[in-house]
Amino acid sequence: MGKRVGMEVSIAAAEVVGLCDVDVIAAYPITPQTHIVEHLSELVADGHLDAEFVPVESEHSAMSTCVGAAAAGARTFTSTSSQGYALMAEICYIASSLRLPIVMAVANRALSAPINIWNDHSDMMMARDTGWIQTVAENGQEVVDLLLHAYRVAEDPRVLLPVMVNLDGFTLTHMIEPIWLPDKDEVQRYLPPYKPQIRLDPRNPMTFGPVGMPEVYTEAKKAQDEAMNGALPVIVEAWQEFEKQFGRSYHPVETYKTEGAEILLLTVGSVSETAMTAVDKMRAQGRNVGLVRLRLWRPFPAKELVNVLKTAKAVAVVDRAMAFSTRSGPLCTEVKAALYDHGVSPYVQNYIAGLGGRDVTVEDFEMMAAKTSDGLAKGLPMGYEIVNVRE
Amino acid sequence: MGIAAEALKDFKGFNPKKLPEVEPLSPGHRACQGCGEILALRQVLKALGENVIVASATGCMEIVTSPFPQTAWRVPWIHVAFENAAAVISGVESAYKALNRKGRINQPDVVFLAYGGDGGTADIGLQALSGALERGHNFIYVCLDNEAYMNTGIQRSSSTPYGAMTTTSPPGKKSIGQRTWKKNVAYIAAAHGIPYVATASPAFALDLMNKVKKAAMIPGPAYLHIYSPCPTGWRHETDLAIEVARLAVQSKVFPLYEVIDGKWILSRKIAKPKPVSEYFKVQRRFRHLTEKDIEEIQRRVDEEYEELLRRCAMSGEPEKKEAEEAKED
Ligand SMILES: Cc1ncc(C[n+]2csc(CCOP(=O)(O)OP(=O)(O)O)c2C)c(N)n1
Ligand code: SF4
Repeated sequence: MGKRVGMEVSIAAAEVVGLCDVDVIAAYPITPQTHIVEHLSELVADGHLDAEFVPVESEHSAMSTCVGAAAAGARTFTSTSSQGYALMAEICYIASSLRLPIVMAVANRALSAPINIWNDHSDMMMARDTGWIQTVAENGQEVVDLLLHAYRVAEDPRVLLPVMVNLDGFTLTHMIEPIWLPDKDEVQRYLPPYKPQIRLDPRNPMTFGPVGMPEVYTEAKKAQDEAMNGALPVIVEAWQEFEKQFGRSYHPVETYKTEGAEILLLTVGSVSETAMTAVDKMRAQGRNVGLVRLRLWRPFPAKELVNVLKTAKAVAVVDRAMAFSTRSGPLCTEVKAALYDHGVSPYVQNYIAGLGGRDVTVEDFEMMAAKTSDGLAKGLPMGYEIVNVRE
Repeated sequence: MGIAAEALKDFKGFNPKKLPEVEPLSPGHRACQGCGEILALRQVLKALGENVIVASATGCMEIVTSPFPQTAWRVPWIHVAFENAAAVISGVESAYKALNRKGRINQPDVVFLAYGGDGGTADIGLQALSGALERGHNFIYVCLDNEAYMNTGIQRSSSTPYGAMTTTSPPGKKSIGQRTWKKNVAYIAAAHGIPYVATASPAFALDLMNKVKKAAMIPGPAYLHIYSPCPTGWRHETDLAIEVARLAVQSKVFPLYEVIDGKWILSRKIAKPKPVSEYFKVQRRFRHLTEKDIEEIQRRVDEEYEELLRRCAMSGEPEKKEAEEAKED
């Protein structure tokens, strides 16, 4: 049986990766991710985890090492943030194109300049078109659960794509939370041993990563797109299995007090917990406000999202990253596209909040809901606002 | 006895009369006619045999051997990117270590090879290479040095020799061509204190193959710097790659040596060196150089060779004589 522990979330993340019996860990430090790989190095050093710990000289090499190891048939893990992600991005595209089930935790952090180590979603958003599956955690328990789920999905022969588990830097990585940690048997029941379908093996030689001429490149990308779309039902299935075994349920799009709500807040990541408090408060005041949380960022669950948004009169989309000059954050851009595709047109207001670790408070969410409601009532043009800017 | 010397106790060289017949890198690739780089790579693979996994950097040797759906590789081969062959092979080697130890596979004898051009080695890939050497992975890294970025159209690298013409170091009124002296990556590799470093040339095939075999026998990282003429970029005749490679050695421009457990050993002493000008003459990339330029280059080539001799003398290893070695080639 697993146990309930009070633990720093990063340590818990490392513990569960260890329970997944990873074979190769590539590690390069960057705040606020560092505690994850530090603890893994301790697990290896103390003999609790039988894995190769490769302390590489950069994130670029971390992902390259994972690619080589995964191609050779190993279960692999790495973790990064921000600038580290930016440096490894080149290889992230290749990892997904080679269909390698690498799992990476990204402790979300703002990108330079100005240099800032605190939390926002710039790295997650930069990664959105790399062909990785991306899930997002809201609290420490979810980090643990999503990491376990990540290996299960990545290695499913119907998927074979790398998975990124996003967790907010500091607000999650450095928090001590009560966490239910599964034991080895439970993990093994959920996650079967990794059996690669193909691998670098002199007894059965294969060429990995050949040149793709114009006559094959498009087809290769289409196949990848199909793999990504095909991953959605497998992700859901793996969550259903998870619920059966562990009792905690996850969905691509999750809702909180959305029944009859006219105004819906849409959030990603740990601010969702603050947003829930705000919704409780507003509901208590008789305001018809609910919350939608996006759990799965890639593949983008457009249909599921539209399904929950379509009954609302207005949606306040809260982005935590910039998409310069588009007057819409990356999340809102996709939400609008999904609504348009499905012929649904609520009033959509976009807020950019919590950049570079700026607090997003209950009051902020109240303000966003009120402003959206007001804009809807007055018929103001749909818009975009970077909130709480000090002029 | 050092790690390498210990591993090489029972070393037997290849027999000049009977070379291995395996061709892990098969014919049917798309390298230019007369390419010295593909020839060197073929010799490397012949020496390694078929129980090998290869990681390739982006560059000529990647492009010409792997256009989908054709592959020239009869052994497992992976290409990921330009600058990371050493990091990729680190992962492959680590995976094999872990999987063997955990009893999930039983393949303890696989050899791991990463190779790249001089651009992928001396410039953009130097960091990943240094990292992998320093971490002590058990692999062989081969730099196929054709002295420029050939795959993208003959641009200079830090391994381009002083005075050479490339498309980004063109000679002109205010330029001699390449303005800097060739970066010595073999020395840099040796400075990592790894058990085995060697230089080799496809013109001395047996020497090259024996060095590759040694590199495979020695645990830990090994670095081989292989001189690889490129008729397309060096502007020499397509039937001259071997000739040019031989002249480079005979003129002391590219001396052959090994560094075993930190001991420097000359592979062949050049008793009667040919002038650098003779080596230059067969290639059009040096055509613009004046006699004075060549004199200056000759002076520096001589100096560097003397310096190498001093390193070898300090290591106290007996030099092999050119005459003795000549037999095997
Ligand atoms: C990050 C990155 N930058 C640039 C390139 C373009 N590029 C591909 S091969 C190459 C040069 C290869 O030169 P070298 O390593 O010397 O090998 P050669 O082709 O001469 O054998 C360059 C610049 C690339 N693929 N990736
Ligand atoms: S450009 Fe040079 S190195 Fe490249 S394939 Fe042609 S001859 Fe060989």
